[in-house]
Amino acid sequence: MSIQEVVEAVRARFGEALQEVIEFRGETTLVVRRESLVELCRFLRDAPACRFNFLSDLCAVDYWPDRPRFAVNYHLYSLPHNLRLRVKVFLEEEDPVVPTVTGIWPTANWHEREVYDLFGIRFEGHPDLRRILLPEDWEGHPLRRDHPLVVEPVQFSFNWREIDSRKPYVKE
Amino acid sequence: MAIREGEVQEFTLEQLKHLVSERALRGETILLNMGPQHPSTHGVLRLLVELDGETIVSIVPDIGYLHTGIEKHCESKTYTKIIPLTDRIDYLSPMSNNLAYVMAVEKLMGVEVPLRAQYIRVILTELQRIASHLVWLGTHALDIAAMSVFLYCFREREMILDIFEMVSGQRMMVSYFRVGGLWRDVPEGFEDAVRAFLKLMPSRINEYERLLKRNPLWLRRTKGVGVISPEDAIAWGVTGPSLRGSGVNYDVRKAQPYSSYDHFEFDVPLGENGDVYDRFMVRIEEMRQSLRIIDQALRRLPKGPYITPDRKVTPPPKEELAWSMEALIHHFKFWTEGFSPPPGEVYHAVESPRGEFGVYINSDGSPKPRRVHFRAPSFVNLQALPIMAKGCLVADLVAIIGSIDIVLGEIDR
Repeated sequence: MSIQEVVEAVRARFGEALQEVIEFRGETTLVVRRESLVELCRFLRDAPACRFNFLSDLCAVDYWPDRPRFAVNYHLYSLPHNLRLRVKVFLEEEDPVVPTVTGIWPTANWHEREVYDLFGIRFEGHPDLRRILLPEDWEGHPLRRDHPLVVEPVQFSFNWREIDSRKPYVKE
Repeated sequence: MAIREGEVQEFTLEQLKHLVSERALRGETILLNMGPQHPSTHGVLRLLVELDGETIVSIVPDIGYLHTGIEKHCESKTYTKIIPLTDRIDYLSPMSNNLAYVMAVEKLMGVEVPLRAQYIRVILTELQRIASHLVWLGTHALDIAAMSVFLYCFREREMILDIFEMVSGQRMMVSYFRVGGLWRDVPEGFEDAVRAFLKLMPSRINEYERLLKRNPLWLRRTKGVGVISPEDAIAWGVTGPSLRGSGVNYDVRKAQPYSSYDHFEFDVPLGENGDVYDRFMVRIEEMRQSLRIIDQALRRLPKGPYITPDRKVTPPPKEELAWSMEALIHHFKFWTEGFSPPPGEVYHAVESPRGEFGVYINSDGSPKPRRVHFRAPSFVNLQALPIMAKGCLVADLVAIIGSIDIVLGEIDR
């Protein structure tokens, strides 16, 4: 079983919904429409030609300022066939919602929570969509490209007083 | 709900009602907080444990106390400067993290690594595996009240750290691998030090095994505890010794060999029952297999360059800077601007001591990556903890946490 046969099987089954197949450095990426993501994932897991029963990783990318802005990557691995495959879904900035795959691979649970926490992409139908790494009252989603990298200014003798006055702790 | 500094965030039952059983809502079971400051959670892991008497009904893990934003930092650094950050993800196996990251960049750049560098990488990552397993064994045994093993394990780990210090100048945060090869060739005396370790270690592993394997206390604490079926383990994405303890034969080194792992003979030890004891036996056996790999790699260690001559990813040799203007300019540009891979994305996975450690890099063609993501095995393995611990006693929870060998630096990144 080779990755070409998997791509052919998916193309035959999904046709239009499969937007693009990218080959780069020996890795295959299937770009799919959001509407058929869950169906495609179920097909990839269950079809005898695919059997991608192991979700290695799930992560998001922010293409800001390009459009469409977000992408969610699913890194799949097939234990029976020893193949790797990446499934990719692009999302618009105004509508960062994607259906959950926790029903197919339970391991997606925390991965999706992490993406929600750090990118603000919502997963429809997720059983427990809370922030996972950051505290509940954190504002913003830090892994977005337009979120600033917070820099703490270095305190020297000439600006000690000014920086110290902005620090939150109680002064004597 | 605003949380002040130094406070632990409190959960309300309203927030967690979909995660705990209905009996907790009626007040029939107890919700117990464990951690984040707890000696046997191996870092700042917090668990909310629902108990019926002493039996665990459900667990809600709460992580993020050690979140350092490494992935965000990577976006503002050149590809070379990310290497030291990868040390800090899983601070017990920096070599494996370095390897995964530099191999992902090499894949992105299309760089060939000299055979000598590949072999040295194998030797060092396998030493790292042993060092990491020794910390695991020591702390795991300490959790279940076997004090002496801890002292022995740290004695042998010191030998490995000395070897790391010899090659990289650092004991823990090594940053020794570079894109295209290594930072320096290994120094004189390296091979002798590794040989001395290889000679000593097999008898020491037997010693640890003898201390625990047939110890009745150890058996009662580990046999049949924290069982996870192979189907569950795959569905929950468990990797590494925790997966192989359940009898699933998946080791990235065998399945998709990298860095010439296919040149060496080694077995993948498998468990049968998927309990704490099997995971313990798998790791003990893995240490022996690592010794086998190191021995073969050391015997066949080829001569040759330690880093690729491709000037795209390597700075020019120091002596060239004295007479070549171009080399000086290149040196300056390399360290200030960095190199620019072609636009695209790659995912590369290696077998770290804890499981599949993957690095995803998305490049936009500039010298800084658009996105770097680390697939941390501990993060995924911890997700399976509630399944393993369901129905066990609360005292077993300590043994189960120890058996999945988590590193919080990697979970929170």
